[in-house]
Amino acid sequence: MTTTVVTPLSAISLAEGAPVIEAASADGVFSLLWLIIALPALGAAILLLGGRRTDAWGHLLGVATVAGSFALSLLAFLALLGRDAEDRSVGQTLYSWIEAGPFTVDLALLYDPLSALFLLLITGVGGIIHVYSIGYMEHDARRRRFFGYLNLFVAAMLVLVLADNYLVLFLGWEGVGLASYLLIGFWQHKPSAAAAAKKAFVVNRVGDIGMALGVMLAFATFGTVGFAEISAVAGEASDGVLTALGLLFLLAAAGKSAQVPLQSWLLDAMEGPTPVSALIHAATMVTAGVYLVVRSNFIYEAAPVAQTAVVIVGAVTLLWGAIIGTAKDDIKKALAGSTMSQIGYMMLAAGLGVAGYAFAIFHLLTHGFFKANMFLGAGSVMHAMDDDVDMRHYGALQKMLPVTFLTFAMGYLAIIGFPGFSGFWSKDKIIEAAFGENLVVGLAALLGAGITAFYMTRLMLMTFFGEKRWSEDVHPHESPKVMTVPLIVLAALSVLGGAMLLGNWVVEWLEPTVGHAEHHELAVSPLVMTLIVTVVVAVGVALAWVLVGKREVPRVAPANVSVFTRAARADLYGDALNEGLFMRPGDRFVGDLTRFDDHGVDGAVNGTAAAFGGMSGVFRRWQNGFVRSYALSLLAGAVLLLAVLLAVNLA
Amino acid sequence: MSETPFLVLSAILFTIGAVGVLTRRNALVLFMCVEMMLNATNLALVTFSRVHGNLDGQVTAFFVMVVAAAEVVVGLAIIVTIFRTRRSASVDDASLLKY
Amino acid sequence: MSFPWLTVLMAVPLLGAVLVALLPKRPDGALPKQVAFAFSLVTLLLAALVGFGYDARAGMQLTEEYTWIAAFGAHYALGLDGIGLTLVLLTAILVPVVILASWNDGDGGRWSTNSFFAWMLALEGLALGVFMATDVFLFYVLFEATLIPIYFLIGGFGGARRSYAAMKFLLYSLLGGLLMLASVIGLYVVSADSEFGPTYLLSELTQIEMDQNVGRWLFLGFFIAFAIKAPMFPVHTWLPDAAAAGTPGTSVLLVSILDKIGTFGMIRFGLGLFPEAAQWATPVVLVLAVFSVLYGALLAIGQNSIPRLIAYTSVSHFGFIVLGIFVLNSAGQVGSTLYMFNHGLSTAALFLVTGFLIRRRGSALISDYGGVEKVAPVLAGIFLVAGLSSLSLPGLSPFVSEFLVLVGAFTYNWWYAVFAVLGIVLAALYILLMYQRTMTGPTVPAVAPMRDLGLREVSALAPLLVLIVLLGFYPKPLTTIIEPAVQETLQQVGVSDPAPDVPATAGSGEHEENDQ
Repeated sequence: MTTTVVTPLSAISLAEGAPVIEAASADGVFSLLWLIIALPALGAAILLLGGRRTDAWGHLLGVATVAGSFALSLLAFLALLGRDAEDRSVGQTLYSWIEAGPFTVDLALLYDPLSALFLLLITGVGGIIHVYSIGYMEHDARRRRFFGYLNLFVAAMLVLVLADNYLVLFLGWEGVGLASYLLIGFWQHKPSAAAAAKKAFVVNRVGDIGMALGVMLAFATFGTVGFAEISAVAGEASDGVLTALGLLFLLAAAGKSAQVPLQSWLLDAMEGPTPVSALIHAATMVTAGVYLVVRSNFIYEAAPVAQTAVVIVGAVTLLWGAIIGTAKDDIKKALAGSTMSQIGYMMLAAGLGVAGYAFAIFHLLTHGFFKANMFLGAGSVMHAMDDDVDMRHYGALQKMLPVTFLTFAMGYLAIIGFPGFSGFWSKDKIIEAAFGENLVVGLAALLGAGITAFYMTRLMLMTFFGEKRWSEDVHPHESPKVMTVPLIVLAALSVLGGAMLLGNWVVEWLEPTVGHAEHHELAVSPLVMTLIVTVVVAVGVALAWVLVGKREVPRVAPANVSVFTRAARADLYGDALNEGLFMRPGDRFVGDLTRFDDHGVDGAVNGTAAAFGGMSGVFRRWQNGFVRSYALSLLAGAVLLLAVLLAVNLA
Repeated sequence: MSETPFLVLSAILFTIGAVGVLTRRNALVLFMCVEMMLNATNLALVTFSRVHGNLDGQVTAFFVMVVAAAEVVVGLAIIVTIFRTRRSASVDDASLLKY
Repeated sequence: MSFPWLTVLMAVPLLGAVLVALLPKRPDGALPKQVAFAFSLVTLLLAALVGFGYDARAGMQLTEEYTWIAAFGAHYALGLDGIGLTLVLLTAILVPVVILASWNDGDGGRWSTNSFFAWMLALEGLALGVFMATDVFLFYVLFEATLIPIYFLIGGFGGARRSYAAMKFLLYSLLGGLLMLASVIGLYVVSADSEFGPTYLLSELTQIEMDQNVGRWLFLGFFIAFAIKAPMFPVHTWLPDAAAAGTPGTSVLLVSILDKIGTFGMIRFGLGLFPEAAQWATPVVLVLAVFSVLYGALLAIGQNSIPRLIAYTSVSHFGFIVLGIFVLNSAGQVGSTLYMFNHGLSTAALFLVTGFLIRRRGSALISDYGGVEKVAPVLAGIFLVAGLSSLSLPGLSPFVSEFLVLVGAFTYNWWYAVFAVLGIVLAALYILLMYQRTMTGPTVPAVAPMRDLGLREVSALAPLLVLIVLLGFYPKPLTTIIEPAVQETLQQVGVSDPAPDVPATAGSGEHEENDQ
């Protein structure tokens, strides 16, 4: 197949349909799949219902359950490795969940190469972050509850990736949303945290409209919501239905993964404790949208229009997030912008179809390592700086926090794609694949890489280099071992994560799930491509050095800045748009409607009552209490009756 | 014997009673007027009974008398009570039971 | 003659009501409360026994039938099918919970504490009768009789505007009841001309061929009465006033149990007696239902009073229930019936927990609160779970029913589902806004001395929460009893489930699909 550089996206990889999922029944270690979910779920139940009795050892239990899940996941992974490629799908039906006429859904699990990787990521990185949290949350009186929520999150996320049908996936999908809500708003006494939590949940619910309608459409079309059943017949549905399904799931994915136009909640979500930002809003939950797209490959493969939409959303978001990242002074928000942008990369790759699925997942994994690493590093910095998040108050921290600095640097090199580090391999592949399909998309991805290099270098320079800018009463100190050891482990993974691509392993591993990709010929050789990317990255780094590193960084952000900076600081007016378009008109509409109900609907009711009351007020005057007038009316009535009778009889 | 005189008498009595009820103020007079109307009716009933040659009308007249007697008992009691408290037997003074 | 289970089930709470009313009245007496609680527990036990003995495949069962007024064809006839049993169980579960939660709410009312609990038990007995009646005349009589206890409960023990609210509720209900009476009389006329002679027995009425126009008029009479009861837009305005004025326990009995009579009646009598008319009315009813969903939710967002807010959420939820009933397929109707049960649980939890909150602070206005979570974490936690169940979070029981309703609506006509599904975003808004404004943020001085929930309060709420979670993950005990009844209803209406466009073949892995 010869593809020119500028192929219409609709022509993507129709070469072969997506693989049909055929799950074998679970035996051996796989029969314990349910336990992987049950352990953290049990942990959450004990911690949240146990009350103060569990305060003393709650955090240890929280770590233990996730560690147990990790051990099981690892065993299952090894067992799966031992199988032939075509046998690597294991299903386990726990029980029948919903039965209503034709609508039957089992609570069933599907363990295949895709889920296997996610399981390791969630329980592995999740476990590391649990350990880190022991130190980070040490002085918080509600630490036990924090671990309860974290366990709840892990359990829900595991349900999400182990689901064998869309409805169980939805269960996990909302479960992680709930955990995210609880954890963003963990410091509830802060109004900003409570507002951010609510915002995250509501925006996610907008995405859930897509999810819910998607599940319904799938059921109405196929009579089932199971992945296996649908993947077998997906191609037979009409184009319109498949495109609608693809777009609906894209809406869901955009909500969960903070993609344009539902991106606005992620930056606010940084109100949560930093381990939460690392686990939920960087490594795992926000990537669920990418998982959904990859998991639904059998739909997207048959719906090219929906795929194009995915690519567009991904491309726009990767630039959107990157631009936001360049202007933020809050270290966590800068990283959040970066997360948004990196997920944009994944989404873009997932939209490319068979050519990109594996790279989307590959980048998802490496990003999980290095972004978690950097978030935890940022947490360590905040820990040292008395919870100050403004990078303008940092500077010259590399000597004070040597371990944090070194591990953070590993993450930094990984994300900008320094040759040899994990991000280099994964991002390079995506840019390559993007150019393989469409020039504009490729250029967007390339530009994104340059901006990434710029904002990450800016962040590094402002935090760890230059003059010290912190105030007198702050005494930076390195974090305790329980926090630095997780950093070291994650740093190692950030460096070595690229090893998964050795011998094309990750691509071949995912092949049974996402299908085999034809190799694309690029206009330029991959080596040249890599070189171009590296040069662009170098330019980004140099630019940051010139603009930030060589200048004095003011302690207060300068106000007279260009229009572009102002726009980037305001999150490209995403919030303003939502506010002007939905919130304020919505508020007004609700107000009007309330008045309408009070005065219109209820007014009609009370008005009727008042009318009857008024009429009675007039009529009751006849009851004047004089017996003789009563007698007169009686007589008049009798005469009238008589007259009528006579008239009738005579007529 | 023709029934007409009886019916005419009954009508006259009834009219006298009705006019009395409408024009007089004294509760006792009013009461007597009501009685007169009732008796006018009785007279008509008995007359018709005779015309039709069955006893239905007479039976009904007895019923009316019994009810009238009971009514007189209750009514007089009320009038006497009102007179005791208000020193007046005028029905126009007893107009409290109104809107 | 077998043991008259249903009569006993209905008689026990009524007997309890009489007994509690006759107990000596003492200002601090716990005796009437304990006796009332005991009677409600016995009723629950009986209902549980009936539930365990219920055979899902046997259709209408435990029937009792005696001629009552032969001239009208009225019978004292009771029987249970899956839909009725679901609501009987709901009633039996909720009343002890409400009694326990309202332990002190009956003190200081217009009448004695005894009467508060006596009316509650009376209401339970009458409501159970309504759900078990298989004779239209008996149903009508009990339907109207339920107004009496609830009128006294609102008017005697409520808040500031209780007289207004009680009267409004009564007039609304009587108006509906009057229309229904007209239809009931119409049914007499229709049945008197049929081969059965005058009869009100459901089993006989369903076999009568009705003239099209007559059927439609009679249907309208029933439907309007049920729509007022449910309540649907635009005849809903009595509910917020009643909920705001009544004690939390009264509101629960009103919204969670009594209002279900409306939707129950729509299935049992609306669809059962007038299948043709029901299908004729479907488009209008569905539009009204979807409108109720959105209208109730939007108004809930705009409320500042907690009970009024919850009342409006119920308008929205009842919209879902009616939607599911009238899409005329099994997913929708199983969903609706399940929804009645789940909505009963979740709204009860929400009313009761906010009732505890309001009682502590002495204000029902959201703006009077802030930062309660800090001083009363258990209360806040239960409030959140109840709220999440109200917004149909997956994993909690209302999700299953709401999703089934939406699936049913989607398969009927996807437009309805597209609009109704907007309700899930609005639900998130009204619940989470309320939670944010009352529970989070800095603690307001007025709530600082607030106590957390006590043992009695937690143990009243615990069964509800346990059921909500349990049925969220395992709704099967209820769906198995509901489904056959729903299939029977659909058969009466004469509709069947639409087939999928591209049916997926069974048999990948061990997924077996052995549908009968």
